[in-house]
Amino acid sequence: MITAGIDCGAKNTKTIIMKDGQILGRGKVLTGFDQNRSITASWQAALKEAGLEEGDVERRCGTGSGKDCIRNAGLVNDIKAMAKGAKYFFPKVRTVTDVGAEEARAVKMDDDGSVVDFAVNEKCAAGAGAFIEAMARALEVGLEEMGLLCLRSDREIPMNAQCVIFAESEVVGLIHARTGKPDISKAIHDAMAGRIVSMIRRVGVNEDLVMVGGVARNPGFVEAMKRELKIDRIHIPEAPEYGAAVGAAVAAAEKA
Amino acid sequence: MLAGYGYKDASGDFFVTIDTDRCNGCGDCVSACPAAVFAVVDEDPHDPLREDPVVMVSPDKNRQLKYACGPCKPRSGRPPLPCVSACNAGAISHSW
Amino acid sequence: MTQENQQEFWRWTESSWKNPDMDWKDAGFVTVGIDVGSVSSQACIMADGKIYAFANMRTGSDSPASARNALENALKTTDMPEERVDYCVGTGYGRVNVPFADRAVTEIACHARGANFIYGPAVRTVLDVGGQDIKAISCDEKGRVTHFLMNDKCAAGTGRGMEVFADLLGVSINEVGDRSFQYQGPEPDAVSSTCVVYARSEATGLLRKGWTTEKVLAAYCRAMAERIFALLERLGVEPGFGVTGGMAKNRGVMDRLTAMIRLEPMRTAWDVQVAGAVGAALFGHALCRRGKGRKR
Repeated sequence: MITAGIDCGAKNTKTIIMKDGQILGRGKVLTGFDQNRSITASWQAALKEAGLEEGDVERRCGTGSGKDCIRNAGLVNDIKAMAKGAKYFFPKVRTVTDVGAEEARAVKMDDDGSVVDFAVNEKCAAGAGAFIEAMARALEVGLEEMGLLCLRSDREIPMNAQCVIFAESEVVGLIHARTGKPDISKAIHDAMAGRIVSMIRRVGVNEDLVMVGGVARNPGFVEAMKRELKIDRIHIPEAPEYGAAVGAAVAAAEKA
Repeated sequence: MLAGYGYKDASGDFFVTIDTDRCNGCGDCVSACPAAVFAVVDEDPHDPLREDPVVMVSPDKNRQLKYACGPCKPRSGRPPLPCVSACNAGAISHSW
Repeated sequence: MTQENQQEFWRWTESSWKNPDMDWKDAGFVTVGIDVGSVSSQACIMADGKIYAFANMRTGSDSPASARNALENALKTTDMPEERVDYCVGTGYGRVNVPFADRAVTEIACHARGANFIYGPAVRTVLDVGGQDIKAISCDEKGRVTHFLMNDKCAAGTGRGMEVFADLLGVSINEVGDRSFQYQGPEPDAVSSTCVVYARSEATGLLRKGWTTEKVLAAYCRAMAERIFALLERLGVEPGFGVTGGMAKNRGVMDRLTAMIRLEPMRTAWDVQVAGAVGAALFGHALCRRGKGRKR
C-alpha cells in the first residue's frame, strides 16, 4: 500500500511517500507563517517526485509542531515518529536523537522498537537548531559554511552564554577580540553539542546512536557530538531531516 | 539565607538552593557531585558578614545547571541525588 | 547599540553630587561602594553610613577604568583625599574588576541593602531587573538577604530581551511602556513563547496577521510580566515590594506585573540606580565596624 507521512516542523514541512517500505518521493518546503500552504506544497512536491496522484495514496499520517493543520490524516506524536523513522533506517537502533530547528528530542527504544523513555529540549532556542542558525547570522556566514568552518579548528573555547540572545553578543565580542571564525564556529557547535548530549544522557545512550533531523546535516555539529559522547560514529540516514516524516509514513502503513 | 543558584528559562525552573544557615562548608557535596557543580568558598560573595566557609554553585556551571545536573536526573527511575544524599546538614535542594 | 543610545535607553545623565551638610573630617568610617554595570557605573562615598558623595558615570569598555572614573568623579566633588577611605566594596557586573576594592560583593546582597536604604526598613521583597539579568530577593528589616533566586542565563524579562523586541517593532525603548497601553481593544493574551527568539517569530506572525505595533507590544509586555511574576511567585512575595534596576522604568512591564502581584511598588525619592553602590558602601561600613577597615 502507498502511504504518506507529513512532518510539519517549525522551519520546514517534509513529506515522504512510501510504498511497501520503499520511499517513492520526498517534498520539503519552508513552513513560514502559513502552515496550511506549506503542508499542501510539500505534499504536492512529494507526489510529483513519486509520479503519483493524490488519490493513489491510501493513508496519510501527520506529525510535527504543526500537525493539527494536517487534514485527512491520522496523527502520530513526534516521539513515535522519530522512533519509527530511525528504526526504518537502522533496525537495530536503541537510542535516537532528533535535532530540529526549534526542538530536540532523545528516545530510548527496546528490542521491539517500542519507546521506553524519552527526553525533550523544548521552548528554549539554545537547545535546538535555532541556536546555530542565529550564531551563523552573528558570524555573517551561511548555515552550510557554518558547519564546515567548525571542522577547521581544534581550539576549545567554552561559551559563557547559554541563551541565543546573550550568545549573539558573546560572538560579537569574540569577533572584536579577533578570534577566528573557525574557532568561534567550533565554540558554538561544542556548546550546542553539550546541551544535546546532556539531554540524550537522560535516557541513556548506547554506542549506536542514530541522529535524525535537519541539524544532522551539519558536519561540524556531528563531529562535536562525537567528541562530547566520546564515540567514533553516529548513524545518520540520508536526508536525515525526513526522519520523522518517514516514521509517520511507516505509522500510516501500520494502521492499515 | 536560601541561596537560589541556577535560572528560570522558557523550558522550566532549574534552581539548586543552598541553605547557608545549615551549610557548614564541609565540602562533602563537592566530592559527591560528578559534574563539579559545587565549590566551597571562604568568603560568601552574597554575604560579606559571614565568617565561615560556605558552598556555592560554581559560576561556570550556574548558567547550565539543567545540563550539568542532567546526568543525575535520568528521565525515569531517578535515584537519590548524590549531592543531596551527601549533605548531612540537609542544606541542598533542587527545584526539578 | 551606540553609547548615545545606551544613554537614552536608561534616560540618565552623567552626574556627581556631594552632601553640603557633611564634612569628611568629622567621619568615623569613610566607606566607598562601586557598582560597575554594563551601561553605567556608580560610586557612593559614605561617612558613617550616610551618603556623603555620589557619581553616576557611563561604563566604558574597560571595567577597572570605569570603576576608577566613577570614584574620581565622586571624590572631585569633595576635598577628601582617597587615602581617607577605610573600606571599598565593589559590586555589579564588573565587580571582580575593581582593583582598588577590598572586597567584591554580589549585586544580590548590595541591592537588598541598598533597597533597605532607599525604600526604608519596611521593604521585604526586592526585584532587580537589569539589562542582562533578573534577581528576586527576600530580605529582613535590616536589608539582610533571607532568600534569593537569580537568573542571568535567559534573556526573557531582561532589558536585553526588551531591546530585541523594541528593535523588531522599530520602537525606542522609552516608548515601549506608553505604546503598549495605546491599543484600544481589550488587553491581548501574552505571546505564548517565553523565549525571546520564539516570541520574536511569533510577533512577526502576528504583525502579518494585521496586529498593530501597540497590540503586539501589549502581548509581549504581558508575557514578560508573567515571566517575572512566575519567578517572584517561586520566591514568595511579601509586602513591601521594592524594585531596583533599569526595568523599574518600563511601565509596560511594571504596571502589568504590579496588577499580577497585587502590590503597589514602594516609592522612593532616590533614583533606584543608586541601590547597588549604596548597598556596597553600607557593607563597607558594617565591615569597618567589625574591625576589617584598612590600617591607616
